[in-house]
Amino acid sequence: MLRIEARKEPSVVMLYATPSIALVLTIISGFLLFAALGKDPAKATYLIFVDPLTSVYSLSELMVKATPLILIATGLALGFRAGVWNIGAEGQFTVGALTGGATALALYQVEGFWVLPLICLAGALGGMAWAAIPAFLRTRFNTNEILVSLMLVYVAILLLSVLVHGLLRDPDGQNFPESRLFHDAALMPILIEGTRAHIGFLVAIAAVIIAALVLRSHILGFQIKVVGLAPRAARYAGFSDSHIVWICFMISGGLAGLAGVFEATGPVGQLVPALPVGYGFTAIIVAFLGRLHPFGILLGGLLLASTYIGGEAAQISMSLPASTTRVFQGLLLFFLLATDIFVGYRIRWLAPKASTAVPAPKPAGE
Amino acid sequence: MEPANEYLLELDGITKAFPGVLANDDVSFRVGHGEIHALLGENGAGKSTLVKMIYGVLRPDSGVMHLHGETYAPANPAEARAHGIGMVFQHFSLFEALTVSENIELGINPELAKGDLRSRIVEVSTYYGLTLDPDRLIGDLSVGQRQRVEIVRCLLQNPRLIIMDEPTSVLTPQEVDVLFATLRKLGEEGCSILYISHKLEEIRALCHRATILRGGRVVATCTPAEETAKSLAELMIGQVVTPAKREGSHAGDVRFRMKNVTLPSTHPFGVDLENVTLDLRGGEIVGIAGVAGNGQEELMEVLIGERTVSPPDAIELDGEAIGARWPDQRRILGMCCVPEERHGHAAIPGMSLVENAVLSARVRKSFVRHGFISLSGAETYSKDVVKTFDVRTAGVDHPAGSLSGGNLQKFIMGREIMQAPTVLVAAQPTWGVDAGAAAAIHNALVELAKGGAAILIISQDLDELLAISDRIAVIANGRLTQPRDVAEVTVESIGTSMGGQSGQEPVHA
Repeated sequence: MLRIEARKEPSVVMLYATPSIALVLTIISGFLLFAALGKDPAKATYLIFVDPLTSVYSLSELMVKATPLILIATGLALGFRAGVWNIGAEGQFTVGALTGGATALALYQVEGFWVLPLICLAGALGGMAWAAIPAFLRTRFNTNEILVSLMLVYVAILLLSVLVHGLLRDPDGQNFPESRLFHDAALMPILIEGTRAHIGFLVAIAAVIIAALVLRSHILGFQIKVVGLAPRAARYAGFSDSHIVWICFMISGGLAGLAGVFEATGPVGQLVPALPVGYGFTAIIVAFLGRLHPFGILLGGLLLASTYIGGEAAQISMSLPASTTRVFQGLLLFFLLATDIFVGYRIRWLAPKASTAVPAPKPAGE
Repeated sequence: MEPANEYLLELDGITKAFPGVLANDDVSFRVGHGEIHALLGENGAGKSTLVKMIYGVLRPDSGVMHLHGETYAPANPAEARAHGIGMVFQHFSLFEALTVSENIELGINPELAKGDLRSRIVEVSTYYGLTLDPDRLIGDLSVGQRQRVEIVRCLLQNPRLIIMDEPTSVLTPQEVDVLFATLRKLGEEGCSILYISHKLEEIRALCHRATILRGGRVVATCTPAEETAKSLAELMIGQVVTPAKREGSHAGDVRFRMKNVTLPSTHPFGVDLENVTLDLRGGEIVGIAGVAGNGQEELMEVLIGERTVSPPDAIELDGEAIGARWPDQRRILGMCCVPEERHGHAAIPGMSLVENAVLSARVRKSFVRHGFISLSGAETYSKDVVKTFDVRTAGVDHPAGSLSGGNLQKFIMGREIMQAPTVLVAAQPTWGVDAGAAAAIHNALVELAKGGAAILIISQDLDELLAISDRIAVIANGRLTQPRDVAEVTVESIGTSMGGQSGQEPVHA
């Protein structure tokens, strides 16, 4: 008989092993899925998971895709640990790109070392402003931040669309719904010559290190953990719930906005309606894949980025459907959440009769 | 009717081990028909584990049980109930937003719920003197009345054995008398009762026989009426304990003052605080007695600072208005609190003892510098607490949840006491700890008071309050009586206050 029983303490081994187990299960499922579709499963798996690591160009693309994922997931993870469920990073990403991009357009042809930092600041502030809406509604009216932040994603995407169709449209662009190309002073410096990898990746690494430090030994990290684990104990300790909600939304919104402006001033170079491609949602998977720990997120972000690139490659060379990437990402999150139970529980194989680990009973006597 | 067997229930060599603990070791005893049988033992002696096996919640590792002479091995509580065994748990499983009859209907065998359940509830409850209105919401009932719902639910299933786990801990002395009358009547009708308690006088007054457990083993079976409370205590504890002695009151100036605090509860079935007024003087220990759920939690929230009050000077600490102050600010000023719920309120089960020390000791012990936590400082402090209060743990890096209830309690009390507060508020300070550790905690509290601190103890354990308090107040229905000198009060007078206006009939919600 199988029995699931609670562990006395959470298993540290399982904590680190489950992401790998989930990855293996995902690959096996993908294998079966491709076989069922009549495609060569070995080749597809190779294209998605290994091929992106084989050339400098694809590695640089890996950095391009991983940058927004890591930045956003790092911010989200802080909130998730505190039980603050910001699901709308995609919207904050979009608004960040919009405010940063608008600043870049306003400073068009203006030179100076301060131009790019100002644009980035505007992007971060834009993301924070968008995140302030669910934060305010939650702390003031106790609304559900999941719904509010999620719905604001669609508002943000439409807002971007309206503006690039109108106010921010390129005056010389023959009515195409896109902005001017940003001038050089407004573009992210390139990290590796000849590729699209930009210094935003270094900012993402810095964010990971700072977040790890905060969680490890700063009082803010402690507050976040306590609020998430035991809200009543947090009140007993004197931590304000609404204070934490605000801080988490500002950090995650700010980082998502920063990721948005990096995307606009980095690989894209202008504002287009198709700028938001789902990084804000994929970052949720990254955050959980990384066990809500910054260093785990770094690895998770690189892995998910490889599924983007590999998915595209498989799409082109094997004519697999575009949703392949999404299927893989979904499978990964599914298996991750499913295997999560082994951290706090273990499965025990019980013989039909209860085991007798203790001495047999003595004859009863009175 | 002549019973087929001399005994209703027989246990032989029951053994049950949990990781690291042998909860029951070769336990054997017998319960006769119509007998009120006491299971006596300290917290952690293995009483609860034993009855959970009889009720089918747990299964023994080895040993056999017989019911009516037949082998009895229930796989789950439903099977136990089908065999005529009922249980009234210490913590009730009732839905506050449903009525009495709805709760009973949900909790019994669907076969029994058919027909006119309502009138049967009235019939059974009236017959046994446990009057209940089947149409009232559980949330509007006092704790004592909720227990009646549980008992009536049991009785409707025509049990042959009822297990009662510490039933009097939630009752006023007067309600206890009513319960005992019911239990005696049941016994006369042939229904056996397994009565779990650590209160010696109750057992002497009520039970025909007693099985005494210590450390998971049966140490004696006796007739309680022939024993003294002292001899029972020695059997139960295994040593002679000398309770903490209070040598005369040496109360100083008022350190803490609460004036006319009125605060509606934030919970739908919570208790509103009404005009709570209280003074604490340096050097004294004041006790607050009361049945659980009469505003103790709400009062604690206000004392900790989780809920602030206005005007700010409604609460004063050493003359300073703190009504609007946060918990941290109150701690800096010298006020420390221990709320009743250990898991998730006073401590975080998933965090290490070191982190739990940071939780409430960080401001007074300066664990935080420039926003960064000094984990080494917190570790040293946790080790001190563990050593001073004899906390049994594998190490201060282990999660609080891995400690037994009593050991976690010792850690939490130690964590607050060793911060040397000027005002200490503790709810149920010795909950779940053994007699030796309880005496140590009481002594530490007495020492703290000697040093000039004002101490407030909120407890449901009247014996504890009478033993260490200088003055005792009673909380009932969110109202606090004025504390009276412990020499002037009697158990009866406190019991009457504990009943408040809601003793027999609850006030409207």
